[in-house]
Amino acid sequence: MIEIKDLHKSYAIGKSSLHVLKGINISIKEGELVAIMGSSGSGKSTLLNILGMLDVAEEGTYTLDGVEIKDLNETKAAKYRNKFLGFVFQSFNLINYKTAIENVALPLYYQKVPRKERHKKAMQYLTKVGLADWSGHLPSELSGGQKQRIAIARALAAQPKVLLADEPTGALDSTTSYEVMQLIQEINDEGKTILVVTHEDDIAQMCKRIVLLKDGLIIEDKEVNQIRASDHV
Amino acid sequence: MMLLFKRDIWQEIFGSIRKNRARTIITVIGVLWGIFIYIVLSGAAKGLDNGFEERFEDVAMNSMFAWAQQTSVPYAGFKTGRSIQLKLEDVDLLKRRIPQIEFIAPRIVKGAFGGEAGSVVFGQRVGVYSIYGDYPVLSKIATQKIYNGGRFVNEGDIAENRKVCVIGERTQKELFAKDEDPIGKFIQIDKVFFRVIGVKKFEDGGGFGDDGDITIPFSTYRKLYNTGNDVGWLAIAAYDDADVIQVEKNVKSQLKKIHQIAPEDERAIGSFNLGELFTRISGFAKGLTFLSLVVGIATIVAGVIGIGNILLIAVKERTKELGIRRALGATPSEVRGQIILESVFLTLIAGILGIVLGAFVLKMIAVLSQDTDIPYTNPTVPIPYVLGALFVMVVLGTLIGLIPAQRAVSIKPIDALREE
Repeated sequence: MIEIKDLHKSYAIGKSSLHVLKGINISIKEGELVAIMGSSGSGKSTLLNILGMLDVAEEGTYTLDGVEIKDLNETKAAKYRNKFLGFVFQSFNLINYKTAIENVALPLYYQKVPRKERHKKAMQYLTKVGLADWSGHLPSELSGGQKQRIAIARALAAQPKVLLADEPTGALDSTTSYEVMQLIQEINDEGKTILVVTHEDDIAQMCKRIVLLKDGLIIEDKEVNQIRASDHV
Repeated sequence: MMLLFKRDIWQEIFGSIRKNRARTIITVIGVLWGIFIYIVLSGAAKGLDNGFEERFEDVAMNSMFAWAQQTSVPYAGFKTGRSIQLKLEDVDLLKRRIPQIEFIAPRIVKGAFGGEAGSVVFGQRVGVYSIYGDYPVLSKIATQKIYNGGRFVNEGDIAENRKVCVIGERTQKELFAKDEDPIGKFIQIDKVFFRVIGVKKFEDGGGFGDDGDITIPFSTYRKLYNTGNDVGWLAIAAYDDADVIQVEKNVKSQLKKIHQIAPEDERAIGSFNLGELFTRISGFAKGLTFLSLVVGIATIVAGVIGIGNILLIAVKERTKELGIRRALGATPSEVRGQIILESVFLTLIAGILGIVLGAFVLKMIAVLSQDTDIPYTNPTVPIPYVLGALFVMVVLGTLIGLIPAQRAVSIKPIDALREE
């Protein structure tokens, strides 16, 4: 599903430049649930941004579902993002003046899905995350866990190939975190490829594979015995 | 362009406008004010223009007046400072020599330009009024509006030297009781009884005359005041296609010839033409219209720039939202289109509100000034001007919207998302 070879990325900071990714090689198959771990500054977020086409690498190749991602202009990147990827952010990033269902329907809007169908699909995903009753509420009227579930529903609505979650539990207490991870596991069980960036070990243990980054390099890549989040709840 | 007709895009726009209510209102007020000023100014200018035109419609626009003064140049054996007196014979001579003259009315007055006015008595009431001696032809030069039941001086009155008079509105009010019909009543003018044949509605026709004037037949005037063939001044109307300024020159030079005045004497014959005055006044109104156009457009531009400014701030405020949208797959052109449409939409709404409000205020001014002396009639702004202003606003709104739109897409989604 994802094939990355020799990926480099550096940022200019003043006169000097900071080499963040120093040659990443990783291959992720369909249906995997991968945790990307590392301390802050290890380059995990940068990697996720490049995977999410929010940022571009300087060197190396990136192949997503057989399509090589290169020469991205903004329009092309937007279309790829819309078609291939679903994002879940630490700070939820819901649009605060739109109701839950409108937020979920937004990627479908950019996919030019007709109104009625859009609404139907959005409702379907809201039901999936267990928030059908909250469809008409604004994000400000929801709890953190609910917001993140809305965000997951939104990420799923576009039926992406890969779900990218950047610290999805970073702003949540542990109980809520496990609820969210349970949802992520359920989605993974259905066959969706998911990448989770996290620095919490218990969250990482709920994935099937852990990739450990340090100073821009992968220092460890191991399969783990997945701990079901439902055991904690 | 298809963008314009999609319900979804409008929903997005309404959503973001509703969310930013305060900024929307302030923005709208900026443009609304601009178009409001434009509509009110140009409507008022048009109203003044119409008002002047209405004020002058009773006076032939190609009319002029000529009167005699004192010579300032010695000529043909006469010394300087000789008083000139226009005579009735001049009328025929002028008419014969200047073919452009359509009507010519000799007039004479007692009391209007200094001198003793006529003292008038009716029953117990007395008054002092200017007495005019006139020919019926005057009504061809300056419309004489006579109230129902009355008439102006006619040829018969002149031929038979009838002692009849037309009185002014004020004269009627001062001499007669409220419900008394003055027509047919006899009033004493300088101890001679005159029958009232009409009440004249006062029309301001260029300077002198007031609402108390009394008009009697010219021939009767001559006898009553022993003025012989003397004429006070001449009222002349040229044909519609004639150049009244040229006619004025010709009239003066002919009068100089008749009365043996030096051709270069500028003071001996006075004259005044309404055409020139009217041109000047309508020029003033046109200047006002132009000024209102300039001021209006400038205010609209200022308003639209305000929209651009506020949208620019709004884009900054919404950086994160726009970042989310782009992470979810909004293309730069979709983001740009949305912001431009927001700009245009706000401009249009503001414009339409401004036009409605402006029209309302114009209507109010019109109602308030209806029964006053202010020359102000039917203040309108031509539809093409209104549409033109709207068009200018839409174009400016689009152009100004481009700035924040470009800014919105120039921010990378990653940076936008990082912003807290």
